[in-house]
Parts: sequence; structure tokens; C-alpha cells
Amino acid sequence: MAHPSTYQPDTGIERWLDARLPIPRLMHDQFMTFPTPRNLNYWWTFGGILSFMLVAQIATGVVLAMHYAPTETGAFDSIEKIMRDVNWGWLLRYSHAIGASMFFLAVYIHTLRGLYYGSYKAPREVLWILGVLILLLMIATAFMGYSLVWGQMSFWAVTVITNLFSSLDSVVPGMGTRLVEWIWGGFAVGGHTLNRLYSLHYLFPFLISGVVVLHIWALHIPGNNNPTGIDVKTAKDVVPFHPYYTIKDGFALAAFILLFAALVFYAPNLLSHPDNYIPANPLQTPPHIVPEWYFLPFYAILRAIPNKLFGVAGLMASISILFLVPWLDTSKVRSTRYRPIYKWFFWAFVVTCFALGYLGSQQPEGWYLVFGRIFTLYYFAFFLVVMPAVGLIERPRGLPGSITEPVLGPEKVRVPPAPAPAPAAPRKRKPEEVA
Amino acid sequence: MKTTSLALTGALAVCLALPLAAFAEEANNNHAPEVAGQDWSFTPPFGSYDNAQLQRGFQVYKEVCANCHSMRLLSYRNLGQPGGPEFSPKAVGILASQVQVPDGPNEKGEMFQRPARPSDRFRSPFANDQLARVANNGALPPDLSVIAKARPGGPDYLYALLTGYHAAPSGFEVAQGMHYNQAFPGHQIAMPPPLSDGVVAYTDGTKPTVDNYARDVSAYLMWAAEPKLEERHMLGARVMIFLLVFVVIMYLAKRAVWARLKHRDATHAA
Repeated sequence: MAHPSTYQPDTGIERWLDARLPIPRLMHDQFMTFPTPRNLNYWWTFGGILSFMLVAQIATGVVLAMHYAPTETGAFDSIEKIMRDVNWGWLLRYSHAIGASMFFLAVYIHTLRGLYYGSYKAPREVLWILGVLILLLMIATAFMGYSLVWGQMSFWAVTVITNLFSSLDSVVPGMGTRLVEWIWGGFAVGGHTLNRLYSLHYLFPFLISGVVVLHIWALHIPGNNNPTGIDVKTAKDVVPFHPYYTIKDGFALAAFILLFAALVFYAPNLLSHPDNYIPANPLQTPPHIVPEWYFLPFYAILRAIPNKLFGVAGLMASISILFLVPWLDTSKVRSTRYRPIYKWFFWAFVVTCFALGYLGSQQPEGWYLVFGRIFTLYYFAFFLVVMPAVGLIERPRGLPGSITEPVLGPEKVRVPPAPAPAPAAPRKRKPEEVA
Repeated sequence: MKTTSLALTGALAVCLALPLAAFAEEANNNHAPEVAGQDWSFTPPFGSYDNAQLQRGFQVYKEVCANCHSMRLLSYRNLGQPGGPEFSPKAVGILASQVQVPDGPNEKGEMFQRPARPSDRFRSPFANDQLARVANNGALPPDLSVIAKARPGGPDYLYALLTGYHAAPSGFEVAQGMHYNQAFPGHQIAMPPPLSDGVVAYTDGTKPTVDNYARDVSAYLMWAAEPKLEERHMLGARVMIFLLVFVVIMYLAKRAVWARLKHRDATHAA
């Protein structure tokens, strides 16, 4: 949000740097005094949590890469070597594996929060699109990272997912097969495939970091949305980011790390499949190939559609449809709090995501398939029918006059707002404000 | 408004209950093998391995399992490491030297056999998988290094499997060379019953029963798959205590900081 810079370079070196590359000014204006709506709830703390998870994944990943061997015969054993012989190797490896799950837990909550409070609506469309792009990059990164374990599930997940591209054979004969062989680097999934997956798994987190910078930039132009969905009107509606949100995000992050640590130390294999402790064997297909929990809803959508090509299209569409959300939603009101009809469809969508997750873990037959199709239908109907239609017919509830109003009561009861920017602490109050 | 909400909640509940009922029926038809949970000394959050049990389990592995199953990720030195069977360095040296391992080539360019050193990996019973299959009726005995993590149920499953050999129920046809096992998926396993009472001579007074063998060797295999479990639980306790205190401090700090806002509002309203 555009606001006057209050940065004062106190020392000579600060003044020198400020005239050349004003990074201290940027940090001060964007992360210290940045005006942030005062009513952000704990669902807003997941942006900070996600930044932490990205750094944690890169830090543990870089060290793991020092000990990992991306070869057909060495990959599985090198991970076991990390677990057995590398100092703190078990901690690094379990933190990285559970970290992927925690990363997705946080990103799904973050995305649903944006969806619920209408954070994708003008003027935040670009912010939202960059977020969906990060989600896509995360999915690719997590998939490639999982393959590096080179256990049975890793190997067969790579086989199943890369084979999806062969469905293009039904569009142009031979095209899909050529594409799949190009991806594999050979005529089957093997060491050459593993090597390129490793290379890209190392690259993608840095692409994510780049888009995250753009995401934060795009956030700092309009500023945060908030639970009411109404715009910031006065200086009273905002607080400086520091200390109010550094401390709130910090508390939420600590609580999140508590859950993270409980899983790493007490249930490190809870979220992974036992089959991945069996070394990859191209000659033996596991009876039941399932992805990690965070991909299960998409896997259910893939398998709910009988035609392979359309199944793959459905899989792609299930995520890329998010790009269109800013234009699919016709409602003028941002926050679902004030949308009595849409609210029900939104929670039905959340239930659908959980249901698809469960169905993705089961064999696609009998009732599982029937319900897989029903929920897939609703998944897409939510975006393509509910979002445009409900916005047109719904009469939203009355919005509060300002962000501050629900806290302090209507504006006219109180004195007109002071134009001065919000002080960080009462101790720093100027005498005339007290009077 | 109230009635619409109620109706919608009802509809949502029905939407959820319907699949659950359908799936309950389906789940009953799958005949999932029974694996009962056992009491283990190493359960989180504070559990640790019972050294004596791991030593007995290693004995069962060495005298029974190792005839067919490899443990290629383990070295003899692991048997003396903290948080494991914790054999004395001398005992580890003796255990290793009892085994002949291939080495070479020597200065004459020849391969030769020598007694194993603690740094050597466990010797595999077969030179390659094909040889293992030939000796085992076509079935490949899996490597046991991480078996306790490679099977759903882990040590509970291993115990259930080793004690799960029973006569096949009437009407159940067991194929040639296969054996009925209650815990094995599909109930037909190629491995013949490996344990019988008294087959391993325990020296510490523990009763030499199949139940004890199965329990001890399952615990040993859990250690083999997760040798840093004790270290993990111990560090976990410290980290959790730190984090719990830290979360409380952060919460109080957050409250203290946000209390300033009330002050600010009061000054504005005054």
C-alpha cells in the first residue's frame, strides 16, 4: 500500500547506502511501518508460515543434496546412508519429508482463506495469479522430490504421471509417445529420468522464491485484504506491520512448528506409504499406487473421468481453473461472511476437497467411482456455475461502515480520525495526541 | 433463514452419511488380515529399545532368518552403537570375525575370503537374487534392513506374521509349496514357518517360545529399520519442551503488543 516513507537514515553509512541502493528504506517501509488492516485473523498468518517453510525446505534440501546420489542403484541406499551414518541425517531427511506435507497443509489453508475472503478480487488479481503459479510450481517440485527416494511408490508414481502425456497420442498419433520418451530421456523410467528429476528438483525452489518475491510485491501495492473484505478507509483501520503482525505471525509460526516437530520426532512416517521403503523395482507393480496425501484430490479427479485424455485435461484444469477465479466470481462483495447463499456452496466445496482426498486413496471402483464422479462434478461446478451465478442472484448482508467499526462502534459516535499515521507504541505518542 | 440453514445442514449431513454407509459395506468385503497392536518398549513419545531384547532378536535373526534373508544396509559395527543391541566392542569383533566375507583383489590379482571386520556390511546368504530364488522354491526372501518400515503395521505386522501360521480353514485351498498365514495379505505365503519352540537357545533365562522369538526379532528388525529412534525421541522431548514454553511466551508477547492498540483507540476516542 502506498504510504509516505518514514525512514530516517541515522548514520553516515545508512545515508550513503540510501542514496545508492535503498534496501534499508525498503525493509523499513515494507516490513516495519507497512500499514496493515487491524482485523486480520489467524487465517492470515499462513503467508508468514509459508515463507518459513520455503526457507526450511531449501535449507534442509541443500544439505541433503550433499549426501544424495541421484543414480538408479545409489539413490535408495544413499538416503538410507543419510538416515544411518550422516550426522543429524535422520533429522534433516524427516524434516524435509514432513516439511513437504506441512508446506502443502499451509498452502491449502492459505488458498482457501483467499477463496473465502475474496482476496482474488480487484485489485488483487495479479497477486492471486502469482499465488496459483506458486502452487503449480510447488506441486511440480514436491512430485519430483518424492521421486528421488526411488522406492516402489516413487518409481511407479513417476511411471504413472509421466505416462499421462502419452494420452496425447489420441490427438496426434505418436506425439504423446515421443513426448514421454523425451521426458524420460530413454524408453523407460530409469536412472536418466531420476537424474533430470533431481536437477529440476534443485532448480524449482529457486523459481518459487522468485515468484514469492513478486507475490509479496503484488501484495504490497494494494495492501492486505481483511476479513470484512472492505477497503482501508482511515489511519485507524491499520496498524504498522511491526510489531503488531510480526508478533502475531511469530506466535502462529511457533504453534505451527510445534505440530511440525511433533510429526518429525514422534510420527515421521505417518504420512508416507510403507511401499516407499521397498527399493524401486521396474518388474513389480505395487498392488495399489497412491500419491502423497496432498495430491489425492487431484488423483481422484484424474481417475473419475473415464477417458484418459479428458482425465488428464481434468487434472490440469482442476488447478489451472484457479487462474480464472477473479473473473468467474461475479459478486461485488469480497468476504464470504456477508454472502448468505455463497457461504453454503463454499463449505460444500471444502467438504468436496476432503471427500476427493479420501476417494483418491481408494481403488476407483464401485461406490468409490460413483462418488468420485459426483464430487468431481461439484468441484468444477463450484467454479463454473456457482461462482458466476450466485454472485448475480445473491443479496449480500449489510457491510460494516469501516474495518474499525465492528471493534469500536459506528464512526459518528466517535471523534473524527486523526490524520497522523498509527504509532507503533503508546510510549512514543506525541503530547498533542493525548490532549 | 433458520429453517433454510437447518435444511441445508441436513442435506449436507445426508451427502456425507450416504458415502460412509456405502463404504462401510465395501470395507467388510475386503477381508483385511487381522494385525493386533502389541506393547513395545519403543513406542513414542518416550520409548526406547530394550537392549537385551534386541540382543535376543539378533540371535534369532542370526540363527534363523539370516539363512535366507539378507540385511545389506547394516554393518556389524551397528550392533555396538548406542541406542541398539549395544554389544560390547569385543563382542562385535567376535560376531564379525565368525563370518567369512569376500575381498580382493590382492596383489596377485586374486579374490579371497577373510574374516569380517566390524566395518563390513552383514554378509548376504545368497550371492544374487536369482540364486536366492532357486534355493527358495522361486520366491525371493526380501531384504530385512528396513522391512519394519516397509510393511503396513510395522513390528506389529511382523509379530503377527511370525505367529500367524495356522492350519488353513476348511475350504481354503493352499497352493503347492505355499503355507497358510493369518496375517499375510491373501493368506498364502511362500516362507515356511521359520520358528518353533526351542529352536534358538536363549542364554538369559527368557522362555524359548515362538511368541518370545517373534516378539524379540520384530523389535530387532524395528531397530534395524530405525536405528536413530532413541536419539529422535530424546531430542524430541527437549525440542517439544522448548517449543511449548516458546509458544506460551509468544502468545503473551502478542497479547502485550496488541494491548497497545486498545490504548491507541482510547486516546483517539477521548
